[in-house]
Amino acid sequence: MRYYDKLVFELSRDGRSAFSLPEAPAIRLPESVGRKSNLELPSLSEPDVVRHYTNLSQMNFGVDTGFYPLGSCTMKYNPKINEEIPGMFAGIHPLEPDCAVPGIKKIFEGIDRALAELTGMAHFTFEPCAGAHGELTGLMLIRQYHISRGDLARTKIIVPDSAHGTNPASAAVCGLEVVEVKSGPDGLVDVESLKPLLGPQIAGIMMTNPNTLGLFEKNIAQIASLIHGCGGLLYYDGANMNPLLGVVRPGDMGFDVMHLNLHKTFSTPHGGGGPGSGPVGVAPHLVKFLPEFGNEGELRVSGFHGNFGVILKAYAYILMLGKENVPMAGRLATLSANYIKESLKDCYKLPLECICKHEFVFDGLIDDGAHDEVPGATTLDVAKRLLDYGFHAPTIYFPLLFHQALMIEPTETESLETLDAFIEVMRTIAQEAAQDPMLLHTAPHNTPIGRPDETAAARQPVLKWTKSN
Amino acid sequence: MGTFAYFPHTEEDIRKMLKRVGVGELDDLYADVPSEFIRKGDYDLPSAMSEQEVRDFFESLALANPKLRVYAGIGAYDHYTPAVISYITSRSEFLTAYTPYQCEISQGTLRYIFEWQTMICNLTGLDVANASMYDGATASAEAMRMCVAASRRRNTVVASKTLLPNVLHTMRTYAKFAGINLVETYDVMETVCEGTLDLAGVIVPSINRFGIIENHSSLAQAAHDAGALLAVYCDPSALAVVKTPAEWGADIAVGDGQSLGIPLCYGGPYVGFMSCTQALMRKLPGRIVGQSTDADGKRCFVLTLQAREQHIRREKATSNICSNESLMALWCTVYLSLMGTEGLKRVNELSYAAAHSLHDALMETGRFEDPFEGQPFLKEFCLKPLIDAKTFQEALLEQGIFSAVQTKEGYVSFCCTEKARKEDLETIAQVARSI
Amino acid sequence: MSKIVEGLLYSESHEWVKVDGNVAIIGVSDFAQSEMGDITYVDMPSEGDEVTKGEDFGALESVKASSELYSPVSGTVVACNVDLEDAPELINQDPYVNWIIKVEMNDKGELGDLLNSAAYQKFIEK
Repeated sequence: MRYYDKLVFELSRDGRSAFSLPEAPAIRLPESVGRKSNLELPSLSEPDVVRHYTNLSQMNFGVDTGFYPLGSCTMKYNPKINEEIPGMFAGIHPLEPDCAVPGIKKIFEGIDRALAELTGMAHFTFEPCAGAHGELTGLMLIRQYHISRGDLARTKIIVPDSAHGTNPASAAVCGLEVVEVKSGPDGLVDVESLKPLLGPQIAGIMMTNPNTLGLFEKNIAQIASLIHGCGGLLYYDGANMNPLLGVVRPGDMGFDVMHLNLHKTFSTPHGGGGPGSGPVGVAPHLVKFLPEFGNEGELRVSGFHGNFGVILKAYAYILMLGKENVPMAGRLATLSANYIKESLKDCYKLPLECICKHEFVFDGLIDDGAHDEVPGATTLDVAKRLLDYGFHAPTIYFPLLFHQALMIEPTETESLETLDAFIEVMRTIAQEAAQDPMLLHTAPHNTPIGRPDETAAARQPVLKWTKSN
Repeated sequence: MGTFAYFPHTEEDIRKMLKRVGVGELDDLYADVPSEFIRKGDYDLPSAMSEQEVRDFFESLALANPKLRVYAGIGAYDHYTPAVISYITSRSEFLTAYTPYQCEISQGTLRYIFEWQTMICNLTGLDVANASMYDGATASAEAMRMCVAASRRRNTVVASKTLLPNVLHTMRTYAKFAGINLVETYDVMETVCEGTLDLAGVIVPSINRFGIIENHSSLAQAAHDAGALLAVYCDPSALAVVKTPAEWGADIAVGDGQSLGIPLCYGGPYVGFMSCTQALMRKLPGRIVGQSTDADGKRCFVLTLQAREQHIRREKATSNICSNESLMALWCTVYLSLMGTEGLKRVNELSYAAAHSLHDALMETGRFEDPFEGQPFLKEFCLKPLIDAKTFQEALLEQGIFSAVQTKEGYVSFCCTEKARKEDLETIAQVARSI
Repeated sequence: MSKIVEGLLYSESHEWVKVDGNVAIIGVSDFAQSEMGDITYVDMPSEGDEVTKGEDFGALESVKASSELYSPVSGTVVACNVDLEDAPELINQDPYVNWIIKVEMNDKGELGDLLNSAAYQKFIEK
């Protein structure tokens, strides 16, 4: 990667343009509603624009560039046929009447049926645009269910301490009070700690299974029966669905509501942070609350029909997988994670010795090289050093249960050769840490920029370009 | 097991890996899962298709939808998409990256988001912008929440009933569960001046759902006098020519970036935007990119002000939003780089000319009344039909035109962009005349 | 080893209180600032706001963390340390000189629930 230091505004030259539109008469608006201030957008030729963004792209790392073992993000390969599909539907307006979009209706029906079969839910709504948006929608459905029964006291939601940060945040946006349940020493929800939390104020529980440590919550049947027994519902956070794809269905485990991250489990590209898609599925008794399936809830969580372009890509992936290949998806993801774990546990601290699912967590280096005045290499240092070797870093400092958490998720689309190369580099880094931790403290050394001053960025924020900065 | 294009594992690889893990077969990796939960037998799914079959499958479904030319808006606008954009956004370094957590290898994403933030600020006139939201409707709901959060203890937000129906519906949904008192009214000024002590925010459209450019002079003053913030929902394309949220004195601007060259694609993916005054910077939801320097003093860009966000603040975060619509923000950023100020103005001029020509042609047919006569509009307008609206729309569909969308008042809504064709405008008027 | 100033009262959420007549001057302890690392922002209430004992009145932010500030007493905010708006690092430099807010107390009796320096010392050693 080469450092390229331009912003598009700095390339601008008055008199250049990259649009081709005919002349038009001036707009006549009353002065009271017309724009008075100058609008400053760059003036560039088309080749300037193309070269600028191509140069920017070359400072970026994606799944197509290399291995991206970012825990809880499921950075699997994004099939290229997926990308060919949305263009076929590009010109369709979202308010076109049903009679004008019979093909689209069939697509929604088809993917709804497929996702229902893969998860054990009855139906899905496709309005949510992302995983956290799905969580919020699912929680709204849970509240709507209780409200429709006149059960207004259910305003608390149980969230495990290992949960993704979006869980408690979504609960708060939905007006629910978060009650945290502790993990036991085995990394699983502690059933004995759960019991005293139950009662008539509990709307439900949000669970990620496998959880953020990559461990299957094997007491799920008992937890489901406890939650249902107290009148609550079970929400399944689909962020970690990948190891269960083709193996286990959330609906069969007793979950009532769930979301899927189509951009994780169903191979649609992450796009540098989005667009994703977070369809929400429900058990049969909740179908009537879904936005598209009746008016009981009268809910709407986004402008139109959700991120249709993303839904198309996920559907293409499901059709490529088919019933023949789907059983291998989760199993191979799980195999790859366990393979890395077993290959590195003599260099990195493995807090919980057991079979993991699609991901697992190390708690830093076994020998961090600390001596005399030189502090040991941290998880951050390991992450930064990995960049030097051409790998993306794992998720770091999450989950919060461990101070030096390093969360690795390889997915099913990486070859044994790639996994072996990653393992070798991780071992090399462990050796480097033991011998010369300074080498890691100052990493990365081979990237377009070195470590940034994040403190200065947050103290005196510069959030837009101006001529002076 | 046959081979599958996306799974690189050979049988030998699998054996080798199982051996390292210390188990005999793949299902042993699920020994901790109660066996009743392990799926036995096939899933009821279609058989795997070849790539060609997948392509044919979708092509036939696409062909099942009649190809219509769009003369409708109501929150989704059929502006032209220059060829450069999809060429850039399909570069896999952008497309297949995640949120730029590791800034040393994500400067591409971080830089275009910084450019996006700058362009959104330039369009709205406000000080800061975030890295994007899901869409205009959710951005509006977030603006409502932000008003309440910034006020610390107030809980009422007044929203104009002239906002787009799906925007209001989304806000209503969020308000219901967050316990926010959302007051929907046509008389925003009056409601604000009534002076409820609890007023936290006011949300109005720049251009309303009838296409009318609203006049909000002195509304900001009234809102601020009442101790509330003013948020304006706007069409970013139109901001090249209509008064900006900052010029109205607003504290927050939100809207949907779709009009900046994003294809209609049956409603998504689009991209919401949100900008605000410096004073509200730390109340913004979502990702924000800031400028900094690296260890060698080189200019670089990082995700910043993260202490607002869910992964740090959990239930006390400004929002639960975790992703942004980064790739769609890139889409708009490239669009604005291509169009520049003059190009964006030209888009508005052409849209304005076409819409006004259609408006006049329709009025000449004698089949409509103008309920908003004399009020300024840009590319979208509503008329009251004296003919049966449903018959009219269906007759247009037969001509390959999607237009004349009915509103709940019984008006029909039209929209023209720079893509409008003279023949189509004539056809629309002709069809009206024929009924 | 973090510094503890004698003569101040401390809360278990690491705020300190200096009593000046009926006014409580409130800051955070050296232990709190060192746990946070480089502080990038101090979120403060406005003058005239009511604060309640045990409830948050603001927050400290660093690059990768945020920590709520809990009021050790109930009352009305009579002053905020505006210097912290532009220089949050002052708290890192000397958390005992650089107070955060001053509160006119409703009930001085609430001070009885706070720890003295010796008790706080013991508390953070745990």
